[in-house]
Amino acid sequence: MAKEFELTDEMRKAIGSASPPWTYEVTTTSVRAFARGVGYTDPVYFDADAAQRAGYRSLPAPPTYLGTPVFLPGRSHEIFSVPTEGQPIVKHGLKGLLDGGTETEYFADVCAGDTLTVVSRLVNLEVRESKALGAMLITTQKTTYTNQDGEVVAVQTGQAIYY
Amino acid sequence: MALTWETIREGDVLPELKKRPGVTQLVKYAAGSGDFNPLHHDFQFPQAKQLGSIIVHGRFKYAALGELVSNWLGHAGRIRKISCQYRAMDFPDREFVCRGTVTRKWEERGERLVALAIWTESDDGKKTTPGEAIVALRA
Repeated sequence: MAKEFELTDEMRKAIGSASPPWTYEVTTTSVRAFARGVGYTDPVYFDADAAQRAGYRSLPAPPTYLGTPVFLPGRSHEIFSVPTEGQPIVKHGLKGLLDGGTETEYFADVCAGDTLTVVSRLVNLEVRESKALGAMLITTQKTTYTNQDGEVVAVQTGQAIYY
Repeated sequence: MALTWETIREGDVLPELKKRPGVTQLVKYAAGSGDFNPLHHDFQFPQAKQLGSIIVHGRFKYAALGELVSNWLGHAGRIRKISCQYRAMDFPDREFVCRGTVTRKWEERGERLVALAIWTESDDGKKTTPGEAIVALRA
């Protein structure tokens, strides 16, 4: 537990920096795996005919699922599957990590067969005190998902808590 | 019958969705989401040892809130926005309930919109994951 933590100029410099684009795939297998992971029983997320009857091109991505980053050994994070190359880096030295919150805004359907190009930008750094965790660094990341037709389909804003 | 904007009322309560993810469910979620943080499956992981248990992925709860809204909406419209904050931890093999209520209904640029308050409630009554959603109804 960190007693004190301060933002340095070097950390502040990272605000605004963006990752290079990375490919996220939305496939029938990945949609089913996500839906199964959450525990969905709605056939629309598993059965192509049911999806089409419900008005989708193919299996729709369940809410909060935005594809899976293509995993390349050595270039992807072993734990979180996201690309590691060229990501905004904040050298904070804090070991604990918790998720703070997530917001997703959708502009179009995301369905199996879509290939998304994803760019993530560090938009804010903030230090807060918690009784339980001590000094915490809260990072805010904004991630833009663009489909194969060049259409921005979703923007996700997430907070990570380091302590 | 499909859900319509006309029949929705502010104060409507969404059918609740109960979840009781065990370790196996969390492993399925890890595979489905690509989040392999050992905090969600490995009891020997230092952060898990420190907490005395592995914990449910915050994003699992977010996804469960997505399922709550999706089940209610029944594909009679689209989710425009969905958000939540992870205020407290949930643990495996403990029930939490996803709940929601309609907080607002309005029209904007020809779209028929509804706002929802959504949250997860642990078995000790704590709202661990409060959030909001906005949906657009087709009819």
